[in-house]
Amino acid sequence: MKLFKKHLHGISVEHSKNTMNDTTETMPVPDMVYISMSQHIGAPCKPLVVAGDEVTVGQKLGDSDSPVSAPIHSSVSGTVVSIDEIMSSLGTMDKTVVIKTDKRQTPYPEIQIPKTETREEFVRAVRESGLVGLGGAAFPTHVKYNPKNIDQVKTLIVNGAECEPFITSDYRTMMEDSQDIIDGIALIMRHLHMDRCYIGIEENKPEAIKNLSRLTENSQEISIVRLNSKFPKGAERVLIYETTGKVLAPGKLPADIGVIVSNITSIAFLGQYFRTGMPLINKRITVDGNAVSTPKNVLAPIGTQIFEIINFCGGYKKIPKKIIMGGPMMGRTIYHDGKPLIKNNNAILAFDETQSYMPKETACINCGSCTRVCPLHLMPTAIARAYKQDDIDGLKRLKVSICMECGCCSYVCPAKKQLSMISRLAKAKVKEAEQSGKI
Amino acid sequence: MEKYKHINLTVASSPHVVGEINTTRIMATVMIGLIPSLMVSVFVFGARAVFLTLVCVIACVAFEHLFKKAIKQESTVSDLSAVVTGLLLAFNLPVSMPYWQAVIGCFVAIVIVKQLFGGIGQNFANPAVTARIVLLVSFATPMTTWPTAARIFTSADAVSGATPLGIFARHEFDSLPSNLDMFLGTVGGSMGETSAAALLIGGAFLIYKKIISPAIPVSFLGTMAIYSMLAGVDPVFQIFAGGAVIGAFFMATDYSTSPITTNGKIIFGIGCGILTMTIRLFGSYPEGVSFAILLMNIVTPHIDALSGRKLYGGGVR
Repeated sequence: MKLFKKHLHGISVEHSKNTMNDTTETMPVPDMVYISMSQHIGAPCKPLVVAGDEVTVGQKLGDSDSPVSAPIHSSVSGTVVSIDEIMSSLGTMDKTVVIKTDKRQTPYPEIQIPKTETREEFVRAVRESGLVGLGGAAFPTHVKYNPKNIDQVKTLIVNGAECEPFITSDYRTMMEDSQDIIDGIALIMRHLHMDRCYIGIEENKPEAIKNLSRLTENSQEISIVRLNSKFPKGAERVLIYETTGKVLAPGKLPADIGVIVSNITSIAFLGQYFRTGMPLINKRITVDGNAVSTPKNVLAPIGTQIFEIINFCGGYKKIPKKIIMGGPMMGRTIYHDGKPLIKNNNAILAFDETQSYMPKETACINCGSCTRVCPLHLMPTAIARAYKQDDIDGLKRLKVSICMECGCCSYVCPAKKQLSMISRLAKAKVKEAEQSGKI
Repeated sequence: MEKYKHINLTVASSPHVVGEINTTRIMATVMIGLIPSLMVSVFVFGARAVFLTLVCVIACVAFEHLFKKAIKQESTVSDLSAVVTGLLLAFNLPVSMPYWQAVIGCFVAIVIVKQLFGGIGQNFANPAVTARIVLLVSFATPMTTWPTAARIFTSADAVSGATPLGIFARHEFDSLPSNLDMFLGTVGGSMGETSAAALLIGGAFLIYKKIISPAIPVSFLGTMAIYSMLAGVDPVFQIFAGGAVIGAFFMATDYSTSPITTNGKIIFGIGCGILTMTIRLFGSYPEGVSFAILLMNIVTPHIDALSGRKLYGGGVR
């Protein structure tokens, strides 16, 4: 243990963890579900069903031959009505299987508990579970667990930081499914031959730290790391640094420096999957925001429409102006509340007019606050200037590509500049220039 | 098309929450930081200190408002930066300065130095510092006629005396005021810069409120102290005399005209310290703070470009 540990920068945000002490409630199956064939980074799935097919809970609805993809399973039993194209929160048009539910929730008969010995068998089982990074990135987990240099990867980092305001779904997982977390860690470490595990949890969740410490007190390999509550402690690069002290250079994967980072809910799901054999079909999400009558944590079938989930929380108490999938710092807004729940959603926030108010932009006063808070030491104002001048070389020199869009710069800016958005656009500009071969 | 309950929701880029801080709050905090000095100057120099301050503040706000109206842009007076400029300019003038000359200074600060270069955040030189220099070369007599503090308590008319630095420049070391007088501010000088104690209270408040970083004041005053010791003069006298403290805490720290990174700020502060002491000891002017700050303002873009910032994962910008 180092005596003087250096922390990466960040910001103090109001935690607003209003639903912290609300035990998860399972919502009833809705009449219709909309299951998108693109719920992960990588190739979208091809539907394996056609309109009129009867489907059961846990049945595979879509799969892909591409190495970077994850199968998608039915969260309900019922009849496939149609296969539609629906716009996702990213703005892409995705094939979506629309199912009319029969409310009987008949399980798929071929479901069985996976039995795995070797690493290859384990990775295959993880793929079949449909698991993707549930922290938000939705990267297919089986790809992450199968890097080229797997023999050098000895450390598992479990992300229980949950640094986004409002969201408490990871916390509820730590409180309600803690044994699944421990089982999941053991499974990964055994199959991937790892010898060290850090669980990073922000210190604003003392009960979760206590709970998991109790379960790991006899373990030599697993240690709990208390993270200070500065956003964004749960960002991959920040978490790797805070737990192991390692720096992940731009363009490198965590596996290149010998670590794998997984979200704590992903780990808990693995524990559960190897206990029941049921693939990823439902998700614990935090429903909050001042337009929601009764904020709570809900276990909802994947494909449930957002307004159905909000109805389960007592409906709207005020007219929503902004609905965010995810947390307020990094979440994406949706255009209407008929969008379906996908695997990597961990929160739905419905804000009314006042809560979604954003102050007007004024002139930059060169105060440098954005530069001071950037966890990755970037210079957002310099990036904004280079972006405005179409200076691709400058943007590359400023390393805009490692920006994780955490939003700290926009949060602290006294001129209310949307610096995070500019960096996001700048990243796209650099990518575009690289692809078109201008550089 | 799927069913929905609410459509036409706001679609926006994250983050969807922002902090409380804004430009107006920053400027208001700086104003609070200047209150102790204003109180001391009223106590030392009398009611005219209040009137001169009011004239400068009103003139600066009016010039900013009128200029914005003239170029058909939204007025920016609500960000309070013109008020801060007015306060700082007033603090840099002798209390006996004719009002109309002070108003010319306000015009230079707001219209020429600030607005013609694009307004807040775009000016390359500190408005108050530049205006003070323009007034000094334009109206040399009123700008160097210092009502002595002690006289004010005894008579209504201000009588001119010398500032401690003026006495120092004339090598009349025996008539120098004590360091305690200079710390408290009961000496001759510009109305807001004589009391190091009041300025230090205000400066400490700004650092505590995280409005300014200590990098520039510490490197500025620290360099002055080291330079003084090497040159064999009293470092405490040099720091408390003239505009060093107000310059280091309130003018050199101006966001628009000082570097962003801590390394850059330190280079900037050291440069200010060296230039100030060189002018004081070897130049023909007794005081060099405003020239030093202006000269360093000019090189700020270069300091910003050269002072590296270590990026996460290696590499220096």
